[in-house]
Amino acid sequence: MEDMETRDVVVIGGGPAGLAAALGAKRAGADNVLIIERERRLGGILNQCIHDGFGLFLYNETITGPEYAERLVEDVDKEGIRAETGAMVLDLTSDLVLRVNSRSGYRLIRAKSVILAMGCRERTREMIEIPGTRPAGIFTAGAAQNLVNLQNIRIGNETVILGSGDIGLIMARRLTFEGIAVKGVFEIMPWTSGLERNVRQCLMDFWIPLELSTTIVEIKGRDRVESVVVAAVDRGLKPIAGSEREVPCDTLLLSVGLIPENELSKRAGVELSPLTGGAVVDETLMTSVPGIFSCGNVLQIHDVADFASHEGFRAGESAGRFARGEFPAGTKARLWPGPNIRYVLPQLIRPGTADVDLNFRVTRPLRACRVTVRGKSSDKVYFRKKYGRLLPSGLQKIRIRPPLDEDLEIDCHE
Amino acid sequence: MEKPGPWNPGESPRQPAAEYDVIVVGGGVVGCAVARELSRYDLEILLLEKESDLAEGISKANSGVIHGGFNVPPGSLKARTNVAGLRKIYGLASELHVPHRKTGKLVIALTDDERPRLEELKADGDRSGSPDLEIVGESEIRNIEPLARGRWALYSPHTGIISPYEFTIALAECARRNAARVLLDAPVLSVELRAGLFRLGTPKGAFAARRVVNSAGLFADEVARLAGISDFRIYPYRGEYLVTDKDPGFKLRLPLYPVPPKDDPGLGIHITPTMEGNILLGPSAEDIRDKTDIASTRSVMERLKDEAGRLMPELRRAPFIHAYSGIRPKLVDPQGREKFRDFVVEESGARPGWINILGIESPGLTSAPAIAEMVVEMIGAKEDLRLKTGFDPGLPENPRFAALADGERAAKVAGNPDCGEMVCRCEHVPRAEVAAALRNSFGARTMDALKRRTRCGMGRCQGGFCTPRIVEIMQEEGIPLDGITKRGGGSRLFYGRIKS
Repeated sequence: MEDMETRDVVVIGGGPAGLAAALGAKRAGADNVLIIERERRLGGILNQCIHDGFGLFLYNETITGPEYAERLVEDVDKEGIRAETGAMVLDLTSDLVLRVNSRSGYRLIRAKSVILAMGCRERTREMIEIPGTRPAGIFTAGAAQNLVNLQNIRIGNETVILGSGDIGLIMARRLTFEGIAVKGVFEIMPWTSGLERNVRQCLMDFWIPLELSTTIVEIKGRDRVESVVVAAVDRGLKPIAGSEREVPCDTLLLSVGLIPENELSKRAGVELSPLTGGAVVDETLMTSVPGIFSCGNVLQIHDVADFASHEGFRAGESAGRFARGEFPAGTKARLWPGPNIRYVLPQLIRPGTADVDLNFRVTRPLRACRVTVRGKSSDKVYFRKKYGRLLPSGLQKIRIRPPLDEDLEIDCHE
Repeated sequence: MEKPGPWNPGESPRQPAAEYDVIVVGGGVVGCAVARELSRYDLEILLLEKESDLAEGISKANSGVIHGGFNVPPGSLKARTNVAGLRKIYGLASELHVPHRKTGKLVIALTDDERPRLEELKADGDRSGSPDLEIVGESEIRNIEPLARGRWALYSPHTGIISPYEFTIALAECARRNAARVLLDAPVLSVELRAGLFRLGTPKGAFAARRVVNSAGLFADEVARLAGISDFRIYPYRGEYLVTDKDPGFKLRLPLYPVPPKDDPGLGIHITPTMEGNILLGPSAEDIRDKTDIASTRSVMERLKDEAGRLMPELRRAPFIHAYSGIRPKLVDPQGREKFRDFVVEESGARPGWINILGIESPGLTSAPAIAEMVVEMIGAKEDLRLKTGFDPGLPENPRFAALADGERAAKVAGNPDCGEMVCRCEHVPRAEVAAALRNSFGARTMDALKRRTRCGMGRCQGGFCTPRIVEIMQEEGIPLDGITKRGGGSRLFYGRIKS
């Protein structure tokens, strides 16, 4: 361990964002790029997403998750980028030293630039504090997807799904295909958190009941799930007494939100945003730690893999330039979310840079609304656009020309 | 990768109906401590556990506190075994290489009015021999624990923390290495007394012994009844807990307790750090009907946060990753007038040779080593116990990969590539530790047994990522898909393959 291995760019995670980031870095001129993937093959969560709907933005056609991964992996191979699978980064320091463990050895790597692309994890039953017993038969939707799609395992016979995240919706259809009854999808909010097209194609087309403003207030069953008690919730999301109803089932799937997996980022001292759960980044997708970049679901939860890849390319290009020593300096203006905006990315912009892509999400469904980006001190309008409808499930992208010297605020009004 | 052979279930006990000197019923911390203590002597010992793993009952779901001995009436068996157990347990945990820490503990009075209760506790503790108790003021409280707030506190410097289930399993492992037999999934269903031998019927066969130690925890009254002893009734009192993430944004050094509420059958809702850095909130105390009802309830979850938040406001916005409940085996009838019942550790008058251990609630974890010695003394009073040569009081040290320094990790992986294959990303558990846990000598092979031995699934993803991988490894280790359970019995995870 005396002669520490050195790399120009190390990408942590080989999913849709990480693979694209490696390509971006290589194309920006970084020579020595390494992808570290903890699973045994590249592709990340794409490998278990056997449904189609991927690639529409990147490849102009819809393909399955594994096919999408395969195309990115082919490009990575063509570029001669080194990728290690079955290798996990256990630690990352603020001076860009990584501790990596794999069957071939435990070692330290020093990088000139690091790209965080670790993805996200699913919220659990415990995090949303569902009371009741703790029987077998409770799975997060993603774990169920792995067991069903990659391991051919029948996880139950009668399922209830809590939450309307995209993976839950996709799994409702998948289980129905396999003859496993889906007795209902229950969502605490008055709107679904998954994409509209998934609600249509995965639930409505199969007559699977969806109940909004409804949650599970108790899980029953000693050894295996025997039933769940559902109840309507009021506007404050509190269960309404008297509205309880017991739904017999042997399996409960949870699709109640995704959390960027920033444990390594925290170790490295990267500043995180409480709004996104991901890093605070500038327009190059660099975090608060110089040389560390972030992209994909570890930065913000994407609803489409293509967008995670797009963000990966951008982070990769920036990291590649950083590794070559080409990087802009300068103070940064701050971008703030205003009324009806849940968050906006990036949070920091270097004044005077070229056009910048902004991502934002709204807090609730909005109709006939107008999105405005304004200067905080000058009140000057930098961007304005009308939308027929905006949903919290849709990640929006706009392009602005950044100001020279002031903070910005983005808002949305009906 | 080297393929392991088919699963060879742990050492099976001798032929059914072979004669043992002592059968211990119940693989909780008390039963395992008794089995280990007895294994010093030239005795044939069998431990029967009804569940699929040790520590599946009371011993897996408590605060994991090594008590100082001031919360129980002076002169009681609870107080005597607590103080005696305290003197032994740190050394024992070190010998067994079970992670533990002498943290100290603060019992906090939020107002001057509560100070007299602290004085009472201190006086009780002093009389019982609880060492070095001290009443401290505001600034001293802050010195001891910067996160604590209070007017006065009772400081017990010798209180500590330990994982109760790791300790229990280690005691059993030590007993087994000293030739005690341990059999899981073996509930005692019948007891016959014939020709001076107790014959215990289980689904795994009948086992006979000259002596029986009934340490069946919540079910010790029912096991006693099988032997014709109807003097006892155990009343289950549930205690709910919440668990924070390991990294809640602050570090709690030591357990913080409120002044015990007058009407609370427990010690009051307290906050306790674990060895891994999580914080436990709880427990509540509620008498319930069903000894197996370990559900969590919404109202108590809210109350835990409220009351713990009084001791430490930071906890109100802490990230919680788990909830669990444990059940106290109380001898106090919730409908009765009596407020206190002592531990029962006695040989039955009606059934000589049958030793009952009942009502081992708090401070049972701390008392267990002392209770085990009492049992040996009782047996020693009846027959000559000969010390065995070659008794090994400890276990080899086996630190987790996650706890090693860089050089040690590199050496481990170089020696065994399975140490380089990470299975649990939250707790950094490599395949080697998963495989070793699945090959445990007791044959405990459930998801929960694996979790207790490796910490897989105890982290912030609660098994979301590692479960699919563990399911693969379990099958590679010889467990059929439909034999994978959460905790044995009917807790199956799966219903076969989707497509054959």
